[in-house]
Amino acid sequence: MLDFLKQPWPWYVAGPLIGLMVPVLLLIGNKSFGISSSLRHVCAACLPAKIPFFNYDWKKEIWNLFFVGGILLGGFIAVNLLSNGQPIQVNPKLQTELATYGITNYNSFVPSDLFTWSSLLSLKGVFMMVIGGFLVGFGTRYAGGCTSGHAIMGLSNLQWPSLVATISFMSGGFIVANLILPYILKL
Amino acid sequence: MININEPIQEKKHHEFLTENTDFEVRSLDAVCFNESELKHPWWYNLKYAIAGMLFGIILVKAEVISWFRIQEMFRLQSFHMFGVIGSAVAVGVISVLIIKKFKIKTIYNEPIEFVSKKFNKGNVYGGLIFGFGWAITGACPGPLFAQIGTGATVIVITLLSAIVGTWVYGYFRERLPH
Repeated sequence: MLDFLKQPWPWYVAGPLIGLMVPVLLLIGNKSFGISSSLRHVCAACLPAKIPFFNYDWKKEIWNLFFVGGILLGGFIAVNLLSNGQPIQVNPKLQTELATYGITNYNSFVPSDLFTWSSLLSLKGVFMMVIGGFLVGFGTRYAGGCTSGHAIMGLSNLQWPSLVATISFMSGGFIVANLILPYILKL
Repeated sequence: MININEPIQEKKHHEFLTENTDFEVRSLDAVCFNESELKHPWWYNLKYAIAGMLFGIILVKAEVISWFRIQEMFRLQSFHMFGVIGSAVAVGVISVLIIKKFKIKTIYNEPIEFVSKKFNKGNVYGGLIFGFGWAITGACPGPLFAQIGTGATVIVITLLSAIVGTWVYGYFRERLPH
């Protein structure tokens, strides 16, 4: 059993389990599944600065901060107790492409050839971490949710604006991954 | 003078706040105000931490927090991510249908509420911007937290940057097309 858990889980196991987060959160406290709003609560708690968007009672939404704290802990547990230590298997075509940018280490989820403290001092690192992160935070809030809030919770509740948002996420991703990211990786 | 000006400004802000574009923050919807939550002591929130922990484990074991898997998805080189998201949505849709059909209540015997959201242009513009960031960082907000947990400490910078991005959106919100 433990050996089974230690392998990477196939999509037909992991996907339905992720989908079950929707009813679980609704049943244990009437909560809509969504993660990016935790970033908004941090802003509201730390630096509301009289901006109307951040002036609300964030303590009413504190469950969300407990939830993301749990995700962090879950990441720690999965890697330290439930891992078989094997590198990630990806499509050989991707491996060939990434090798041309010097990305060859598949031992961690976050490529250690790109995301390190020392690479923060390079232009590439600033693009990958600082600018990339900014776009994630700005975009999710502008869109009113992220993959969990729109693509999973919103679609589960058959909300068509969530479908529009999900198509936009995917379109933006396709454009950058194929047309722009290669130039960033070449830096 | 001040008294004359104030109500106008108040109204402007008020109008703006009632327009809740956030699909995730429900306490801002007047229709769906869950006051009962306040009566619970803080440790009731621990159940959300446990739910989050399980979610974090699933995210890691499904490898959806992997930058490599996101690159595969956006290059259509693997079915994995589409399978994960598609089957998650399928289970979510069925769950919500069951909850609505049988009027299932929460463990505190409260009726489960769903809010319908109005479309705004931010769903497209913001969605595209998030997509750009998703392809670069290989992570949406949930995986950012999980990645830090896996020991990629530098992702704290990506997360802080995402918080700054959220703040900047809040600052310019009234000037952005919605």
